[in-house]
Amino acid sequence: MSLQLVWFVLIGLIAAIYAATDGYDLGVGVLYPFLARNDAERGVLRQTIGPVWDGNEVWLLVFGGALFGTFPVAYAVALSAFYLAIMLVLFGLILRAVSLEFRSHSSGALGLLWDTAFFVGSLLPALLFGVAVGDVVRGVKLGPSMAGQPGNYAGSFFSLLHPYALLVGVTGLTAFVLMGATWAAFKSDGELQARAARAASWAQALLVALFVLTTVYTALDSSAKAQLSDGLGRAAGWVALAVLVAGLAYGRWAMLAKNDGRAFLGAMVTVLGLVAVGGAGLYPNLTRALTTPGSVAVTTHNASASHLTLTVMLVFALVALPVVIAYQVYVHRLFSGRVRSEDVEY
Amino acid sequence: MDALTLARLQFGFTVGFHFLFAPLSIGLSLILVIAEHRYYKSGRLTDKQAADFWLKLLVATVAIGVATGIPMEFSFGTNWSNYSRFVGDVFGFPLAAEGLLAFFLESTFIGVLIFGRKRVSRGFYYASAWLVLIGAHLSALWILIANSWQQTPAGYKIVNGKAELDNVWAAIINHSTVGRVLHTIFASWTIGAFFAAAICAYYILKGRHLDFAHRALPIALTVGLVSTVMMPIIGDIQARTVVDHQPAKLAAMEGVFHTGSDQPANIIGWVDESAQKVIGLKFPGGLSLLISGRTSQSVTGLNAFPKRDWPPLQTVFQSYHLMVSLGVLLILVALLGIYYAWRKRLAYHRWFLYLLLPVAILPWIATESGWVTAEVGRQPWVVYGLMRTSQAASPSVSATQIGLTLTLFVLLYALLFLAYVWVMVGIIRKGPQQGAAAPASVRPGVPAPGRASSPGRTASGHGLPSSLEALGQTPAPGPGTLSPREVSR
Repeated sequence: MSLQLVWFVLIGLIAAIYAATDGYDLGVGVLYPFLARNDAERGVLRQTIGPVWDGNEVWLLVFGGALFGTFPVAYAVALSAFYLAIMLVLFGLILRAVSLEFRSHSSGALGLLWDTAFFVGSLLPALLFGVAVGDVVRGVKLGPSMAGQPGNYAGSFFSLLHPYALLVGVTGLTAFVLMGATWAAFKSDGELQARAARAASWAQALLVALFVLTTVYTALDSSAKAQLSDGLGRAAGWVALAVLVAGLAYGRWAMLAKNDGRAFLGAMVTVLGLVAVGGAGLYPNLTRALTTPGSVAVTTHNASASHLTLTVMLVFALVALPVVIAYQVYVHRLFSGRVRSEDVEY
Repeated sequence: MDALTLARLQFGFTVGFHFLFAPLSIGLSLILVIAEHRYYKSGRLTDKQAADFWLKLLVATVAIGVATGIPMEFSFGTNWSNYSRFVGDVFGFPLAAEGLLAFFLESTFIGVLIFGRKRVSRGFYYASAWLVLIGAHLSALWILIANSWQQTPAGYKIVNGKAELDNVWAAIINHSTVGRVLHTIFASWTIGAFFAAAICAYYILKGRHLDFAHRALPIALTVGLVSTVMMPIIGDIQARTVVDHQPAKLAAMEGVFHTGSDQPANIIGWVDESAQKVIGLKFPGGLSLLISGRTSQSVTGLNAFPKRDWPPLQTVFQSYHLMVSLGVLLILVALLGIYYAWRKRLAYHRWFLYLLLPVAILPWIATESGWVTAEVGRQPWVVYGLMRTSQAASPSVSATQIGLTLTLFVLLYALLFLAYVWVMVGIIRKGPQQGAAAPASVRPGVPAPGRASSPGRTASGHGLPSSLEALGQTPAPGPGTLSPREVSR
């Protein structure tokens, strides 16, 4: 197994953990105006993610740093290609971080402003991450390659908003909403819990429908269909699909059994499965290129860092990742249990 | 404006804004650890209140520091894709290491600090404060390793027109890493120390939270003195590195045009670029003396370099001298404060307390000036001697796109800044002793006899409402001595 493949898997893993952790707090933000009926319930929802969202979001920074370090050309080409979309994600994340911290110091109109910022700041990333994945999978217009290296993005902002990418975006958003709803049901009680559990049930059904629709679209689209043949041509693709189906089935069973913790676990596995399905079909590409003369896709080989850098980073990752995962799990356990309105201090 | 200028403006603005908060969060993490240490040792309610107070200020600062730090991680790809292609093999791993080894610590354990007081043991809570401090400092370490490599690249070889990692340790501990890391960390402590000192001075002047303020002020001044005194010592080491590795930058910092010995150090001045000289107050032979210990030491002048390799002279010269002057001023303020604290006369020198309020801004100005000196002094290079800034931008991003996002950044950051100031002022107004009317003494600011020296320690430290404790220490203040705000609470 080459170092490039190891790092493709590791970066995929980091992306999957990001999606499966920050995913639920983004989902809570998207559901925030709809689930909570009053200030007390809004406080509960914020408090459920208060101690953990910051740590979850660091996975995104690690994803950025790891991509930069291991596949610098992919980092350069993809981030400059998705320029405006990434800026919108960043503005969203900034608004969200600040609104969560400052909301507790505000009330009245200012409180409403921070509430809105929290919602919008959660919605933008939750939607746009999926759109970007759709573009990466289907391919973007790249300029002619330079000395064997992929060229720079040659399309416009609006060509990134292809219907296929938008469909993947909505599918991703639904997955995040499913996570957010199961988390809210797991962490709250009373009417809020009941509402969240109903939202989770609907979100899961919608996610299944959207996933099937996306798969059909993928098979029919001349550019995107490579994703399907690449993924299902390998054992990894079938394993990923199995993980996805298992997550959905386990989650549905847990919802029917009214076990909120397990329903959340099911949603987490579902999201891990979705990222894995995407990754299995994408390999060895990091960003596909739409077929234009002279352009090449960004792959694990033409975008990779040197052997030495990949090795050094692998040492860092193998030392740090287990420790980080261990203390993040520990902190999640520390703050286990349902949040009641009298506990709200956030 | 062209795309390159806009991209530079955007990077400068976003990182300069981020650099207002990141150092304060490092400095406040130290103040918090000191406060948590006192509480851990004493178990006293007042010490807990003090620690909680610093924590609130730290949390608001970390929030905006994190929020404004996220765009930086991605800005190299979005705005500087040619740079990323060129340096990615060397520059990416410190950024990844920052996330993995530093940022996770800080952000995870600050969650424990905010929400965990009732859920974890006192020892674990105290350890969490240390972990936040360590995370914040390691974060600075890794980012400055990356930045130092831009200034003094090492441990690489050029393969197919790209910088490729050749020696990991040489790249990490490059020529300017150690000096830069220490310099920035002490600058951060200075910001935190004078910020804390100003808050204490404000309370003493207002006659509120006197117990808290009288205890914290000497600590803040001590941290301030240690860090400001360390600055010139480390700065001297750095200057010697700059001589060897970035000679044009050093020449710009002191406005040296002609190579030669006996170069003066300017105290204040103006660079006359056309006449190739500096007009102003000078210390003869000072620069030669500083970098080598001998006035006979020759310093390479700007004329030794082609003009297209010169950094913008006036900016580098002025920002450098502003930083140095402010640094000297801060040392004097800290010294005087320590003297008054040692004589237990702080409360009687009200002019000094008033002075501490505006002085809190100065470490920020000094720090930002130092940053300008380092980064503008690096120009026209993005990686010193290897790649020009003009070659580094993203070819596929248009001026319109950058102009649009720059406008949004300015608007959003202005909003954040207002919100931040509003939140911080709110926390400071409320003060550490919530729910208790602060005892007012006869003359505001001067501790009532026997009060400041006998901070009524309770047996357990727990369970005693702060209002009772405050009342236990002082006679109930008469209505005439209360400010309207205190009455309203």
